[in-house]
Amino acid sequence: MVSTSIAINRTNRSLLFSDRSFRYWLIAPAVLIILLVGLFPIIYSLVVSVQNITMMDQDYSWYGFIWYEDLWIDERFWESLWHTGLITIIALPAELILGLLLARMFLGEMKGKPIFIAILVTPAVICPVVVGAMWRLMFDTRYGPITHILSLFTDKPIEITWVVDPSWVYPVILIAEIWQWFPFMFLILLAALSNVNTDLTDAAAIDGAGFWATFFRISLPAIWPVMFIAILIRALDLVRIFDIVFVITKGGPGTLTETTPLYMYITGFHQFETSYTGAMVFSIIVLLSIIVVLALQRVEISR
Amino acid sequence: MNRNVAIQAARYLGVLLCVAIVAFPIYWLFLMAFKSAEEVYAVPPVYFPAEIQFGSFKALFGASEDAKTLANSMIIATFTTIIAMVLGTMCAYSMVRFKTGGNHFAIWIMSQRMLPPIAIVFPLFLAFAFMEILDTFPSIIIVYVAFNLPFVIWMMRGYIEDIPISLEESARIDGCNRWQVLHKVVLPMSRAGIFATAVFTFVFTWNEFVFALVLTNKDIVTYPVQVTGYFAAQQTYWNSVGAMSILGTIPVFLAVVFFQRYLVRGISMGAIKE
Repeated sequence: MVSTSIAINRTNRSLLFSDRSFRYWLIAPAVLIILLVGLFPIIYSLVVSVQNITMMDQDYSWYGFIWYEDLWIDERFWESLWHTGLITIIALPAELILGLLLARMFLGEMKGKPIFIAILVTPAVICPVVVGAMWRLMFDTRYGPITHILSLFTDKPIEITWVVDPSWVYPVILIAEIWQWFPFMFLILLAALSNVNTDLTDAAAIDGAGFWATFFRISLPAIWPVMFIAILIRALDLVRIFDIVFVITKGGPGTLTETTPLYMYITGFHQFETSYTGAMVFSIIVLLSIIVVLALQRVEISR
Repeated sequence: MNRNVAIQAARYLGVLLCVAIVAFPIYWLFLMAFKSAEEVYAVPPVYFPAEIQFGSFKALFGASEDAKTLANSMIIATFTTIIAMVLGTMCAYSMVRFKTGGNHFAIWIMSQRMLPPIAIVFPLFLAFAFMEILDTFPSIIIVYVAFNLPFVIWMMRGYIEDIPISLEESARIDGCNRWQVLHKVVLPMSRAGIFATAVFTFVFTWNEFVFALVLTNKDIVTYPVQVTGYFAAQQTYWNSVGAMSILGTIPVFLAVVFFQRYLVRGISMGAIKE
């Protein structure tokens, strides 16, 4: 009796859920749209990158890998990578540490917690363009409140042209970026920390472990999988940074704050270097894809 | 006991400081909408305007028709959200129940999300210009759908995995066809996930700048692009920036507050389960 019922169950299951065409009909539209919009640009970039298409020329014949050689020795390109990297390696740890500290402060009882959280999370839902505008206004040399507040503490009037001065322009961009995204880290890490089993941390405390020992030995390993995803999401957003820099400096002064996405935008839409942009786009996509796939495999395996 | 009080005080102080740092710039930008032109450019800056003005808002709805950009954004974000949710949920269901494509397919889908918009927008611009569909709703909506689908699929996969398969089996035995199983079992059971994912898709699309900057120019300009339009060579129209920012932030803020309890899982791409 038992074995027959299992057998029926098994046939049922295969009858119910193994229709080949149905499963492919379900994924077809999504895959089609992703391929159409996602794959076409990559192929297009690859094709034009071995042709000679500039504002002057429209030559569709084989041109070799000259554009890639040019890219390899293009100082402006390497500098843009460096600018992007610089913003990423400062902003990412800053957001992480600020978010973690704040999340730790929010653990446990606190009056007004929901209101505080609602306010703290607001920057993450504001449009990055608006955040850029906001900090440009805050740092305005003449009528910005930051210049004014600082001048209250000094005798001489402050005359820093924040977004033009080479030594101040990065701090302004970084402040805007960190201000917008540390709440994201905070929210994720707060949720993760709240899920850490308090029995474990209590037991450690009873056994005489100090605050930091408890944190590094118990809480941190427990929240690591979530933290890894949060870091990955932010890192990938940071290497694509465009909006905030575009609004605050447009890459200036000169090309001092030009990130790689901004440089691509300029070669493509201001200089109309179609082939060269294609070579740059393709190189960046290959580079990023390798990193992303390696990182995602880790996530997928731990899932 | 004293030590505890000190720790508590430090905690509140730290939190209040962070709240102030977050709230002040928002207050400051939004204030621009209600200030008179003299107060906007006053030195030293005016922290509390003498009189609340609504002129900036009237200007947006008046002759300039700038408020139309909000309607454009609303149309684009709404259609993108609906289409991406429908197609993404179907795809996710197939991946979970039939293991379609396996792990490699899942990773490929997600890697599409990581493509830099600036890299794919340039070829798209040339293609759309060639087909003469630049600056139209369907063209930008399909781009946004493609760009949001990986996120929707990734998220919905997690929610659908949590639905017990036995429920679907009983529905089948009770005579539902496959589409009815989706409609009567899967969708109601993953309602929380659908809300959360939809809110995120809406917010991403609403705030997106790169695609909008390149693929729209006159007829369907969206709200972020309009904001950058107020930065002229000689001066910035801060009244308009402030007013537009308030109107543009309200919809997403309301969506997030309203669906707050569903969102924690979404923000971590499913890494945190409630």
